[in-house]
Amino acid sequence: MFAQAATSPEVVWSLLWPLLFLSIGGVLLVTVTSVIPALRRPGMPAALTILIGGASFVSTIPVWRRVADTEGPTTVVAGAMSVDAFTVVMTAIIAASVVLTALVLDDYLRREGLDGPEWYVLLLMSASGGVLMAAADDLIVLFMGLEILSIAVYVLAALHLRRTDSQEAGFKYFVLGAFSSALFLYGIALVYGATGSTQIDQIAANLRLPNEAGLTPIEDASLLLAGVALLLVGFAFKVSAVPFHVWTPDVYQGAPTPITGFMASAVKVAGFAGLARVFVISFSEFGSGDLIQDDWRPILAILAGLSLVLGAFMAAGQSDVKRMLAYSSIVHAGFLLIGVHAAGHGDAGVADAGGRALVFYLITYAAMVVGSFAVATVVAGRGDADHGVDAYRGLFRKHPALALMMAVLLFSQAGIPFTSGFMAKFRVLGAAVDGEAYVLAGVAMLAAVVAALLYLRIIVAMFLDDADDEGGDEQVAGSVRKIDVPVGAAISIVLAVIVTIGLGVLPDLGRGVVAAAADVLVNR
Amino acid sequence: MVEAVWLIPALPLAGFLTILLFGRRLGEPLAGWVATAAMAGSFLATVATFFGLQSRDHDDRFHVQTIFTWIESGSFTIDIGFLADPLSIAMCLFITGVATLIHLYSIGYMHGDPNFSKFFLYLNLFAASMLVLVLGDNLLLTFLGWEGVGACSYFLISFWFQNPSNAGAGKKAFVTNRVGDFGFMLATFLVFHEMGSIRYTDVLSGAPELSPGVGAAIVMLFLLAAAGKSAQFPLYVWLPDAMAGPTPVSALIHAATMVTSGVYLLTRLNPVIAAADGWVGPVIAWVGALTALLGALSALAQTDIKKVLAYSTVSQLGYLFLAVGSGAYVPAIFHMITHAFFKALLFLGSGSVIHGVHDEQDMRRMGGLAKFMPITAGTFIIGWLAIAGVPPFSGFWSKDEILIYAWEESPLLWFIGLVTALLTAFYMTRQVILTFFGRTRFFDATQEEIDQAWENRSAGAGAELTAARADLDKVAEGVAKAQADVDKRAAAITEAEGAFADAQAAVAAATEGDDGYDKLVKTLTKAEKAVPKAQDAFAKAEAKLVEANEGVAAAEAAVADAEAKVSSLTGARLSGPSVPTVVTAKTEAVDVSELEADLPESYAHRQGHPPHESPWTMTVPLVVLSVAAIVAGGLNLPFTKGLHFLEHWLEPSLFANEHHLEASGAQKWLFAIIAVAVGLVAIVTAFAVYLQRRTDPTEFEQGIAPVASALDDAYASFMGGPGRKLFELLTWFDRTIVDGAVNGVADTVKSLGTTTGRTVQTGFVRQYALLIGFGSILVMAWFLGRILL
Repeated sequence: MFAQAATSPEVVWSLLWPLLFLSIGGVLLVTVTSVIPALRRPGMPAALTILIGGASFVSTIPVWRRVADTEGPTTVVAGAMSVDAFTVVMTAIIAASVVLTALVLDDYLRREGLDGPEWYVLLLMSASGGVLMAAADDLIVLFMGLEILSIAVYVLAALHLRRTDSQEAGFKYFVLGAFSSALFLYGIALVYGATGSTQIDQIAANLRLPNEAGLTPIEDASLLLAGVALLLVGFAFKVSAVPFHVWTPDVYQGAPTPITGFMASAVKVAGFAGLARVFVISFSEFGSGDLIQDDWRPILAILAGLSLVLGAFMAAGQSDVKRMLAYSSIVHAGFLLIGVHAAGHGDAGVADAGGRALVFYLITYAAMVVGSFAVATVVAGRGDADHGVDAYRGLFRKHPALALMMAVLLFSQAGIPFTSGFMAKFRVLGAAVDGEAYVLAGVAMLAAVVAALLYLRIIVAMFLDDADDEGGDEQVAGSVRKIDVPVGAAISIVLAVIVTIGLGVLPDLGRGVVAAAADVLVNR
Repeated sequence: MVEAVWLIPALPLAGFLTILLFGRRLGEPLAGWVATAAMAGSFLATVATFFGLQSRDHDDRFHVQTIFTWIESGSFTIDIGFLADPLSIAMCLFITGVATLIHLYSIGYMHGDPNFSKFFLYLNLFAASMLVLVLGDNLLLTFLGWEGVGACSYFLISFWFQNPSNAGAGKKAFVTNRVGDFGFMLATFLVFHEMGSIRYTDVLSGAPELSPGVGAAIVMLFLLAAAGKSAQFPLYVWLPDAMAGPTPVSALIHAATMVTSGVYLLTRLNPVIAAADGWVGPVIAWVGALTALLGALSALAQTDIKKVLAYSTVSQLGYLFLAVGSGAYVPAIFHMITHAFFKALLFLGSGSVIHGVHDEQDMRRMGGLAKFMPITAGTFIIGWLAIAGVPPFSGFWSKDEILIYAWEESPLLWFIGLVTALLTAFYMTRQVILTFFGRTRFFDATQEEIDQAWENRSAGAGAELTAARADLDKVAEGVAKAQADVDKRAAAITEAEGAFADAQAAVAAATEGDDGYDKLVKTLTKAEKAVPKAQDAFAKAEAKLVEANEGVAAAEAAVADAEAKVSSLTGARLSGPSVPTVVTAKTEAVDVSELEADLPESYAHRQGHPPHESPWTMTVPLVVLSVAAIVAGGLNLPFTKGLHFLEHWLEPSLFANEHHLEASGAQKWLFAIIAVAVGLVAIVTAFAVYLQRRTDPTEFEQGIAPVASALDDAYASFMGGPGRKLFELLTWFDRTIVDGAVNGVADTVKSLGTTTGRTVQTGFVRQYALLIGFGSILVMAWFLGRILL
C-alpha cells in the first residue's frame, strides 16, 4: 500500500457510507453547531446524532446486499479496508450502540447540567474509529481506528466535569491506553518485519508461501511470534481480558454511566472485531503446514480462563453496581475469547461454530449491556453517584416496568434460558465442547454459575426488599426518591430488551447474517 | 386428549401473568382464587391427558407435542415441546393435585398478609416451572424448569424477608442448588457431545450405545444435580434451613415438587443408568441410604415441628434414591407419590397447628392439641401412620417395596433402610405425642416469660432499694438538721443565762431609785423568763433529735431489707421454676404461682386465647390429603400382578430397566412382617418414653442433637476457614490494589500540597501499568518459549 500511496487509490464510496456517515457526521456536527446556534439547543445535538447513527445503521443494509448477496466481499481504498459481511455486522452493532447511547445521553446531560454538542461529536468520532477497526484490512489502518476510537473515549470518560471520579477514570484510561497502544504498535512493526506486510490477507498469504530456503518471506519466526504476542496484549487490553483488565473496574465505575455503556458495548465490539480478524485470518498457518494457532490459541485459552474465574469471583465481592457490571463485562470477555479460541480451531466445522458463536455473542452482548447501563443511569439519579446495590432496593415497587426490564437484562447476562444471553453462552460453550476444549468449557460453566450470584443480588434487591412494608422505607434516606424514566432512556432500554428476548426466544432470527459474518473469518 | 398437555404448564403460567398484571387490583382473596383456579385447571388438563394416554396402545404412550422449534442449527435442533408419557403424566397428576390443594390451603393460611397476591404470584410461577421441568421434551427445557423452581423457591423461602434468617436461608438454598446446577449443565453438554441431541426420545433410544464410562460420567454429573435439588448428602443442608418460609411453601417444595425433581431426572434417564458402569447404581443407592439415615438421626431430637418434617423429608428422599440406585424405579415413583400425599398432609397439618397456636413452632409448647383442633389432629395422625409404615396406610406399601429391592442390592442397604424406618416411626410418634397428646403445655409460662418475670421482679426490688436508700439519705439529712437545731438551742440557753447573769449584776450594781433602775429590773425579769424558755426549746429540739435518730435506724433497716431482697432474688431465680428443655407428655407445668404478678402480658393473653381449629380452606385440603394418604397404597398392591397398576402404567417409560425381584412370595411376606414389627417396636418405644415416661429422654436427646448440625458446622467451618480465606484473598486484591486506587484519589486530593501525595497517585496507575507490563512479559515468554522448545 505504501508503494501505491503516490497515486490516489480508487475509492468505492458507495461501500463506505456507514463509516462516512459517522465520521463526516461527527465533523459536521462540531462545525455546524458552532455556526448555527439553533442547533446547540438542548436535544438538538442528540437528535442529530441519533439521525446520523441511524443513517449509518440503515446504510449498512444496501452494503450488506452487495457484499453478502450480489458482489461478494471486497476491499476498498487499495486494500486498506475489507467490506464484507463481518464488517457490516460489526458496523451495524456499533452504529446501533451510538443510537442507543445518544438516547440515554441526552437526558443524562440535561440532568447533570452538562449539555453540549462535544459529547456527541466525540461519540461519533469514537464510533467511526470502531468501525474502522472492525473493517481494517491492514494493521496500520487498524491502529488508526484504535487510536481514533480510544482518544475520543478517553475524553468522554473524563468529561463529567463535576465528578473527580470521572476525571480520574479518563486519566487512568489514557495513561494505560497509551501504554498498551505503544505495545500494539511495536507488535505491528515486528509482524511487518517478519512477514513483509501489514495487510491482513497478505500476512496470511505470505505465511502460507512454501518455506523453501531463501524464498520465505518470514524472516524470523521469533520476530513474528514476538509481534503476535504484543498484538495480543494490545487487544487484550482493549477487551479487558485478565490480567490486562486492571483499568476496567476503575474506569467503568468512574466514567459517566451512559459512556460506560458505550465503552462496554461499542468499544468492546470493535476490540473483538479487530482481534478476531487479525488472529483468525492472519495468523492461521505456516507454509510448512504447522498451525500458528497452536502458538496463540493456548494463551488465548489462558486469558479466557483467567477472565472468567477472576471476573466472576471478584464480581461477587462488589457492592457497587457499576463495578459489578465492570467485572461482569470481564466475564463476558472471557466467553467471547472462548469464541475466538474456537474460531481459530484447525477443524473447519469447529471454527465455523466458534465464529458464529462469537458474532452472535457480540450482537446480544452489546444490546444487553447498553440496556443495563441505561437502567443504571436512570437509577443513579442526579450526580450520577447512586450506584450501590442499595439504590436498587425496592425498585420493583417504585417502578415495576423498569425493574422487570432490568431483571430481563440481568437474567440474560446470567444466561437464563429464553434470553439471548443464554443462547450466546450456549453457542460459545457448544463450540468449545466441539473443539474439545473441555477444561475451558468447564471453567466457563463454573464462572457462569458463580457470576449468576452477582446478577441475582441486584435482582433480589429490586424485588425483595423491606421497602415493601409500607412506611419502612421512609427511614432509608434516598430510597424514597421517585424514579422517572426519561423517554430517551426508556426507548433505549425497551429496544435492548426486545433484542434480548427476541434473540432468546427466536435465536435463529438472524441466522443468515451471523453465518455470513462468521464465514468471512473462518473460511479463508 | 393428549393434545391438552400444553395446557398443564400453560394454565399456571397464565395465572402467574394475570396476577403479575392485576395482582394488586385483585387483592385478597381474589388473587388466591385465581391462582387456585389456574392450578385446578392444570390438574384437569393432566387428567384429560392421562385418559388420552390410557386410551392408546400400551407401547404407543409417548406423545411429543412440539410448540415450536427454538434452536435449529444444522442437525442440532431444540424444540419447545412437551413429552407426555406415563412417567411425566404420573408426576404431573400428583404435582397438580397436591399443588391445587396447597393453593387452596394458602388462601386461608396467608390471610391478612400484606403481600398476599405476591405470594400467589410466586406460587403459580413455581408450579409452572415445575411442570415445565417434568414435561419438557429435552434436557434444556428441563433445565429451564430446574432453574425456574430454584429461583422461585429462593423467592418463596425469602418471602418473609423482613426476617434476616429467612433471607439467609433462601441464599443457602440458592447457593447449594447452584452447585447441583453446575453438574446439570456439564452433564447436558456431555450428552449433547456424545449423542448429538438432548431430546429425551433420542437420548433414551440412543443410550444403549453409550460407552459405560461416558454413561457413568453423565449419571454422576446428573447425580450431583439431583443431590442439590433433592437435598441428598452432602448437599442437603439447605433444606432444613428453608423451613423459614411460609408453611404452604414448605409443603409444596418439600412434599410434592421441587425435591422430587432429582428423582424424576434419574428415573427419566434410566436407560443411561443401565448403560453406565455397574458401580453407578450402588453409588446412587449408597448416597440415598446415607442420606436416609442421617436425615432420620437428625430428626430425632428436633423441637421445631417443621424441622422434624424437614429432616424427615431429607430422609424419605434418601429412600427414593436408594430405590433408584437399586433399580427399583416403580417403587421410587410409588413412594414419591405416597410421600407427596402424606408429607404434604403433615406439612399442611403442622401449618394448621402453627396457625392455631399463634405462630408457635416449638413442640415443647404444644401438647394436647387434639381437643382444640380435632380435624387437624385426626388428619395428622393419618399422616403419621402412613409415614411410620403401618399397614394398610399408603406409606407401608411403598416403603416395603423399596426395602425388598434394597435387600437384593445389598443386605447392608436393607439394614440401613430398616434402621431408618425404625427411626422414622420413632420420631414421628414422638412428634404426634408432643403435639397432640398429653397435657396442653400451650398455656404454660415459657422460659422467656419466666425470665421476663424475674427481670420485672428484680427491677421492682432494685427500685425498692433505691427508694429505701433515698429515704435513708433524707432521714440522715433530718438528723443533721435536728442536731444543728439542738446545738443552736444549746447556744441560746447559754446566751440567755449570760444575759440573765449580766442583768442580775447590773441590778445589783445599780441602786434603787436610780434612773433606769426600773428598766434594769424589767430587763432582769425578761432575762429570767427567757432562760426556761430557751431550756424548753432545747428540750424540744433534743426530743426531735432522738426521734430523728430513731428514724435513721428504721431507714437503715429498710435499706438492709431491700438489699437482702435483691441478693435473695438472684438465688431465688437460680432455684426458682424453669422450663425443661426436653419434654414428654408427662412433663408437669412449671409452677409460676409466686411469679404470677410479674409475668409479662403475653402470658395472660394466652390464657384468654386458647388454640383454635383452622378455617375450612385449610381443613378441606387436610381431609382430602388424608384420604389420599390412606388409599394411595392401592396404586400398586403387591398381592397379584393384576394389582400392580402403577408398575403396569409406568412400564413404557422404564424400558425394562426395572430390576426384577428374585424374592419369593414367602420372602416378601417375611420382609413385610419384619418391617411392620420394627415399626411397631419403634412406636411402642416412643409411646413408653414420651407418653408414659418410662425413661427420661433428656440425655438421649441431648446426645443425638449434634448429629443434625454436624454437616452444617463442617460447612460453616469451611466457609469460615479455608473457603473464606480464598474469598478474602480475592477481595483483598480488589480492596488494596483496585479500590485503593479509587480511595487513593480522595486521599491524594487531601494531601495534594505535598509531593508525597503526588507520588502516591501516579504510583497507582504505575501499579496497573506494572501489572499490564508483567502480563505482557508472560505472554511474550510463552510465545518465545514456543520457538525454543
